[in-house]
Amino acid sequence: MVSEHEHICWGHDHSHHHHGGHELAVQQVSARYGDVVALESIDFSLHCGHTLALIGPNGAGKSTLINLLAGLQKPTAGNILWNGNPLHNTRHEIAYMPQRTEVDWRFPITVRELVEMGRYPALGMWRTPNRHDREIVEKALDALQLTQLQKRQIGELSGGQQQRAFLARALAQEAHILLLDEPFTGLDVPGMESLGELLQSLASEGRLIIASHHDLNSAPRIFSHSLLLKKRRIAFGTTQEVLTADNLLAAFGQQHITRS
Amino acid sequence: MNDFLQFLGEPIAQRSLWACAVIGFANGFVSALVVLKRSSLQIGTISCALLPGIALAILLFGLMQVSILIGAVLAGLMVGLGSLFVSRTSKVDQDTALSIIHTSAFAIGYIILVQLGLQQKVDDWLFGSIMSMGNTDLWIAYAISAVAVLSITALHRPLIIYLFDAKAAAAMGIPTRAFSYGIFALIILVLVSSLQAVGAFLTLGLLVAPAATMYLLTNRAGLMFWGGGLIGGLGSVAAFFLSYPLGWHLGATIIVVLGVTFLLAYIFSPKYGLLCKKR
Repeated sequence: MVSEHEHICWGHDHSHHHHGGHELAVQQVSARYGDVVALESIDFSLHCGHTLALIGPNGAGKSTLINLLAGLQKPTAGNILWNGNPLHNTRHEIAYMPQRTEVDWRFPITVRELVEMGRYPALGMWRTPNRHDREIVEKALDALQLTQLQKRQIGELSGGQQQRAFLARALAQEAHILLLDEPFTGLDVPGMESLGELLQSLASEGRLIIASHHDLNSAPRIFSHSLLLKKRRIAFGTTQEVLTADNLLAAFGQQHITRS
Repeated sequence: MNDFLQFLGEPIAQRSLWACAVIGFANGFVSALVVLKRSSLQIGTISCALLPGIALAILLFGLMQVSILIGAVLAGLMVGLGSLFVSRTSKVDQDTALSIIHTSAFAIGYIILVQLGLQQKVDDWLFGSIMSMGNTDLWIAYAISAVAVLSITALHRPLIIYLFDAKAAAAMGIPTRAFSYGIFALIILVLVSSLQAVGAFLTLGLLVAPAATMYLLTNRAGLMFWGGGLIGGLGSVAAFFLSYPLGWHLGATIIVVLGVTFLLAYIFSPKYGLLCKKR
């Protein structure tokens, strides 16, 4: 595991200071597909060092919000700012992690090559990796205990190792914001717990972890903050504050409350 | 045997041999894109749909290499984009739309070719005839191979990220839409070059088998391109030497050789072969 002392933002970016931490600010963001409203006036802001769960029923706009943050689609209104500047001017700051089911696990690529992909935003299309790049890749592999497995094809890893490999790619990217699409889906209880701890430790080093999440029971243990969504913002704050009976009723309706 | 040696001395034989090597290599190289993108069926339908483009080009401009090339590219684009359009604007999914459009296009192409009195040439378009390739054809094949190898090599890093994980690629700022059109265009170009060699029916084999064989032999995406190129090129050259003494059709022999190569890898691959499966 990454040492606790090696404070924050493991990355190279010497220009920044951590007094207030970095801030992600989502301001009045809306997204529409034609006439269909996917998200309406979403507002929240959060500093590095936290873990944020995006919670809401199916079709609430969780994926849309992840896509917007990842720059995969543009908001029809509103701004997404990172330290006061448009987030998408600093693409290397965001690492996107796909859902497990979306990954082609038979793709002929080794763990190390996957992690090396993280260097792309820094390298661009043509610059060859230098010693610094290789060191970062090795550090990322080491931090996630993948050094021994680096030559394996990604399909030959266990589920937990596969997730660590994608996290290592995010580390190699030196991104401050990690966007994860339903990372806990399909994990058993021990797997969930170790991934939860891992995300918390990555956050404590000064990253901002944002993940869509559907399990209300585990959310308070894993995520410091939550954004409850149903096309609009139902509630935002610490997970304890957000996941109240009233808020959940507003987001999910009667049925879900009785179940959880 | 003497016959064969004498035949090798002739310009037409040498031209065919070069054509086999170059077209086999280019197709093998690009086949990695098709295999990694898992789009072989789509490509198969598009290759058949090149026929009406060729027929129309002959109808309008006569039997000229350049017009045939342009006609084939346009037909490929129209069928590919047409199916996408139909699937987006109706209930029908893209595979269904593609099946209907490409068979219709193929039928139309066949009718036109027969009407033009080119019935004997139809066989050539369907199964290829390397022996009838002229110098211009060979130059076109060289140029297409060069474009394929240079563009794929230059863009290798973002390309692999895109093929593996298009969403993450887009998040990293890789122009994924340009990549998907570029790959499509490149595949059509290579298809056209192989059309003369192995024909519209068989070209899919040349555009899939080499990288599929490498896929069973390696864990490195990068090796699939060069390895696929080598398998495609060497396999086609081997087929050239086999086909003459055996009296087999050259285009068909190429596909058989590549098919057998794939089968061998499937059975004997050290890591993923049938005989060596650990699990």
